[in-house]
Amino acid sequence: MATRKSATAASRKKPAEKSGLNGGITEFDKETELEAYREMLLIRRFEEKAGQLYGMGFIGGFCHLYIGQEAVVVGMQMALKDGDQVITGYRDHGHMLATGMEARGVMAELTGRQGGYSRGKGGSMHMFSKDKNFYGGHGIVGAQVSLGTGLAFANKYRGNDNVSVAYFGDGAANQGQVYESFNMAALWKLPVIYIVENNRYAMGTSTARSSAQSNFSLRGNSFGIPGHQVDGMDVRAVHAAAVEAVAHCRSGKGPIILEMLTYRYRGHSMSDPAKYRSKDEVQKMRSEHDPIEQVKARLLELKHASEDDLKAIDKKVRDVVADSADFAQNNPEPDPSELYTDILL
Amino acid sequence: MPIDILMPALSPTMEEGTLSKWLKNEGDSVAAGDVIAEIETDKATMEVEAVDEGKIGKIMIPAGTENVKVNAVIAVLLEEGESASDIGSGKKADPAPAPAEEATEAKPEAAAPVPAAPKAPVENTAAADPSIPDGTEMVATTVREALRDAMAEEMRANEDVFLMGEEVAEYQGAYKISQGLLQEFGARRVVDTPITEHGFTGIGVGAAMAGLRPIVEFMTFNFAMQAIDQIINSAAKTLYMSGGQMGAPIVFRGANGAAARVGAQHSQCYAAWYSHIPGLKVVMPYTAADAKGLLKAAIRDPNPVIFLENEILYGHSFDVPKMDDFVLPIGKARIHKQGKDVTIVSFGIGMNYAVKAVEELSGMGIDVELIDLRTIRPMDLPTVIESVKKTGRLVTVEEGYPQSSVGTEIATRVQQQAFDYLDAPIITIAGKDVPMPYAANLEKLALPNVAEIVDAVKAVTYTA
Repeated sequence: MATRKSATAASRKKPAEKSGLNGGITEFDKETELEAYREMLLIRRFEEKAGQLYGMGFIGGFCHLYIGQEAVVVGMQMALKDGDQVITGYRDHGHMLATGMEARGVMAELTGRQGGYSRGKGGSMHMFSKDKNFYGGHGIVGAQVSLGTGLAFANKYRGNDNVSVAYFGDGAANQGQVYESFNMAALWKLPVIYIVENNRYAMGTSTARSSAQSNFSLRGNSFGIPGHQVDGMDVRAVHAAAVEAVAHCRSGKGPIILEMLTYRYRGHSMSDPAKYRSKDEVQKMRSEHDPIEQVKARLLELKHASEDDLKAIDKKVRDVVADSADFAQNNPEPDPSELYTDILL
Repeated sequence: MPIDILMPALSPTMEEGTLSKWLKNEGDSVAAGDVIAEIETDKATMEVEAVDEGKIGKIMIPAGTENVKVNAVIAVLLEEGESASDIGSGKKADPAPAPAEEATEAKPEAAAPVPAAPKAPVENTAAADPSIPDGTEMVATTVREALRDAMAEEMRANEDVFLMGEEVAEYQGAYKISQGLLQEFGARRVVDTPITEHGFTGIGVGAAMAGLRPIVEFMTFNFAMQAIDQIINSAAKTLYMSGGQMGAPIVFRGANGAAARVGAQHSQCYAAWYSHIPGLKVVMPYTAADAKGLLKAAIRDPNPVIFLENEILYGHSFDVPKMDDFVLPIGKARIHKQGKDVTIVSFGIGMNYAVKAVEELSGMGIDVELIDLRTIRPMDLPTVIESVKKTGRLVTVEEGYPQSSVGTEIATRVQQQAFDYLDAPIITIAGKDVPMPYAANLEKLALPNVAEIVDAVKAVTYTA
């Protein structure tokens, strides 16, 4: 079983900080750049494989791919430390890999097998890892925002300096409980970072058609919660914003909002033909803003890596993903007795 | 090795589709993510993207082919250095588990019967009530005080226990249940929330998932409707969905059911609603002793517990044993009064009517066995069945609406498990099938009453 290090700041060299929010970026050193490349590539290849397994009927139900948005979770996770919690909605595979959860366990959950993180009982949208402080994986749009605020409440109650990161989309940003949570988080100065992953479409409805205020970084204004728009396709910009947001929260200043301007290349779910946007729009994002290609170009330009080096990384990542897919296809389904376990303790 | 490109399933229900168009020809190079073909399903036209990079070696299914089965090989992809002559040596991805229909077509004789679901475990394993030592002082206590004492004792015992809700701290509780708690435990552990049930319930559940032991007070359970998604989808299901990794040790408590003259939106019983949900426990005490012992148990329970109180009962006094740590088992009914002629099962405020009816019936020479269910889920059916086996007659009493009520659940299960012991049809008494009216006379009509219970008992004992 291929193992991966937990993607936390503790296990990395600290990149040099250059500037922060409002368009700033962190200049990555070679090692950090390579790490970001590997992490994002793993998510990309994993999701492509998940899409393939879905097509083959191994994965059922709903399956929401994260392709295009990889820089958001990878840049955020690099700024966190052990004990910080992560929670998100149903487009969650990337978040799980970024927190260091095993590709095998995630893929086997997607195929509904006993080796999955939830022993096959959760599926794509409902996966958790207590070990990696990943609190799901939630299928109800917006629910994770209140839950993530509760995780921050627990940190404050215990008096530790951990923060919780609650990810949600531009669609969830219109749910009422988000604002109830903003209010209490600001009132009680809870250490929660709200990440709006603005990928422009809530299923098939664009932000322009759904949101009276589509600058989501302003959504905390009436509660006095600071917010910033961040280029979510540039992992360095995400990281710079993350570092400042984490510092803000850890120092007891309360919640903060980061709106990540990002883009999902695939449809909302596997069965979405994505007719609500033009192919040119997708192609333009892919060719001009791809988060992985950006890192790759820098690595080559600065001669931090050769084409062969990158191919070798690619090969390793593909091996991890292929291994996870083999495991997920051959691992047995949960025992029928599992039907009645884990309902009550 | 050449890679087979398979006809993909593009929705949860797709079994076949039309390969409407190829966007790449044999010999074309493709990169991962390139659109190579279009497929028409019954719902939409979808694009097929290449997953691997390589060269299209051979197109196996021509454009325009209808009814292409999911997982059929539609093309073969050659990797670097391979040529068309390598086709055939290709590795095939493991076939997906065949849909049931296909398996039947191929080998009808092999069509295995669907295996039966395993038997549900016996759900009631609650221990008996702890024995109260002889000579224990009994103290007349209101339900209100008993609830407060239970919370205070548990908060003293466990630093992770805290109370949150509207007006629980500085106001001392909208119904004065949390009186004095702020003074003893401070604002960190007795938390006033804004009027924002959906949000603070989610925050409570999140804190519970992180390992704290929240007590979330709803001023009344009517307002918990704003938060029912977090209670059911987040609190009740997470343990299961996480394969046992994390759940929500949390108590949701507050006034439930009709108070007096507060109208339709503030008067309904949620016992049946929450008792429908696997992953929840539902407790609804009547006496002050039960309120105290069961609330303490609920706070210690590692599962989400719905604790349904009643505004009218808050001021009622009952004897509570003066013990250091009086804890009762969740899931155990209490025989309020033994009898031999007929069984009445009730709970919560329903007991108020039942107790009065039992007195009246006793004067008529009918000896009722009265069971206080105390916990709605898990339900102590064995105690009910045992009683029915003795009396052969059953009447249930509750304030909630009649359809899909707790009483109808009991009636169903008793007739399944003790049919031969029944000497009369079971009568279920509930509130009337109407929103609660405001007018005093109509409200009285909408609620169960003692006369109805007396009549029902006479009917099942054929003494009318």
